[in-house]
Amino acid sequence: MLCQECGKRPASLHFSKIVNGDKSEYHLCETCAREKGELIPGTSGGFSIHNLLSGLLNFETVEQGKRAASPENLRCEVCGMTYSQFSKLGRFGCSSCYKYFNDRLDPLFKRVHGNTVHTGKVPVRVGGEIRTKRQIEDLKRRLQESISQEEFEAAAQLRDQIRELERQISE
Amino acid sequence: MSAIRFTEQPLSHWMKTTGAESEIVISSRVRIARNLQEHPFPLLATNRHLEEVQDELKEVLGDPRLEVYGEIHPIELSALDELNKKMLVEKHLISPNLANESRNGAVFISDDESLSIMVNEEDHLRIQCLYPGFQLKEAWEKATAVDDIFEDHVNFAFDDRRGYLTSCPTNVGTGLRASVMMHLPALVLTQQINRILSAVSQIGLTVRGIYGEGSEAMGNLFQISNQITLGQNEAEIIDNLRSVVLQIIGHEKTARERLLSESRLRVTDRVMRSFGILSYAAMIDSKEAAQRLSDVRLGIDLGLIEGITPQCLNELMVLTQPGFLYNNYEGSMEPGEMDTFRARLIREKLGKGLK
Ligand SMILES: [Zn+2]
Ligand SMILES: [Zn+2]
Repeated sequence: MLCQECGKRPASLHFSKIVNGDKSEYHLCETCAREKGELIPGTSGGFSIHNLLSGLLNFETVEQGKRAASPENLRCEVCGMTYSQFSKLGRFGCSSCYKYFNDRLDPLFKRVHGNTVHTGKVPVRVGGEIRTKRQIEDLKRRLQESISQEEFEAAAQLRDQIRELERQISE
Repeated sequence: MSAIRFTEQPLSHWMKTTGAESEIVISSRVRIARNLQEHPFPLLATNRHLEEVQDELKEVLGDPRLEVYGEIHPIELSALDELNKKMLVEKHLISPNLANESRNGAVFISDDESLSIMVNEEDHLRIQCLYPGFQLKEAWEKATAVDDIFEDHVNFAFDDRRGYLTSCPTNVGTGLRASVMMHLPALVLTQQINRILSAVSQIGLTVRGIYGEGSEAMGNLFQISNQITLGQNEAEIIDNLRSVVLQIIGHEKTARERLLSESRLRVTDRVMRSFGILSYAAMIDSKEAAQRLSDVRLGIDLGLIEGITPQCLNELMVLTQPGFLYNNYEGSMEPGEMDTFRARLIREKLGKGLK
């Protein structure tokens, strides 16, 4: 069976969702299930996190999903919160829940924030290397800008800074 | 340390000064949510864990770099009676959630009340900075500086990909919620408000009444805040909100000018009627009081009423809420007496405000 979203990849995830007694079935490839999670009918509209959670995450598996663990078995091994508890409460139990539920979080974050990856502040203590990598990304953006504006002296300086930081990381 | 010093005076220090655009922007607030790596989030944490969280965070108050913010007073929620809790909520120094549902909750409040640090609310740590007027950047700079100091002492739950890990998925990433409280009577009067608010909510911002989710906007006060915390950095979040607030200020100003030029008499009539009712009413409920106070504030801003300061109105906004009303009332309170007392208090204050 092909994925009903893209029609190209084989459908590996099969869901049924019951909304007010109406049962709908979904056959999606993993990529589409993740990326277009928010397009599944019945999940749009309403700002409540609880709507989102039950809409996006509370679907049951009809055929055994081979790749993803079924929600009943999914559990944070540090605090003991199960995935179905999480989807009812809309709250994580501890910071490790993020790791154990990771595979299922992208569609949720995509829907709530439109993004899945943090780009902001990084704690100094844990983030030495992350911080430097962000700095390098930022310098590279500015380097491209300088080149496009033909400010080559500034560009040369930026290039040196980038090299220095990259050297620090590789050490 | 008791909370009495913070509930004795209805006006926080910050409310006595005025910030930029203070005719339209009442206050700017920034809140940062953080959790300690080693403990479960408050929802699941044992009392023992929560005690340890409180102790670890309280110790940070000894850092000399915090001295620039004045003395910071740690208060345990369990040491407060219900009334004092309610009054701290009415002053926005703690959240209703911390007052009602926290276990081992505490709040650290700075002398001038512009900094309040909540412990064991939904997250282990919530750093809040509250400034008068339109001072989002200032509030952010202070909050992040305080965050840096805490970061030096404790291990925050942080993930390279997801950022700061929070109890609720809606706060993950930056953990940053920035909000601006705006008084928008002219946009309400000219019926443009819904169009503007729906546009705002389509670009990743939310609009709420002054007491957070579920409450309607009383007295034409609207709180506008960012909804997205993941995938935008802090500067982007603050800049987005800033530029939207600036646009709304522009719309409100235009609407006020239009009111003055096209229906000066009708606006004057409305404003003076409200002023009259507040000055002479024998009973008034909280909803009407909020609406009339909004009219009077507009009257002052438009130069139609003289002799009353905006600070006097800020004070009334806090004083006319149930906790503060009750606290100021001597003797037993019969049904309906709250409205009588509210009316008397407003009459007195406005009398004082008049030359
Ligand atoms: Zn597909
Ligand atoms: Zn957990």
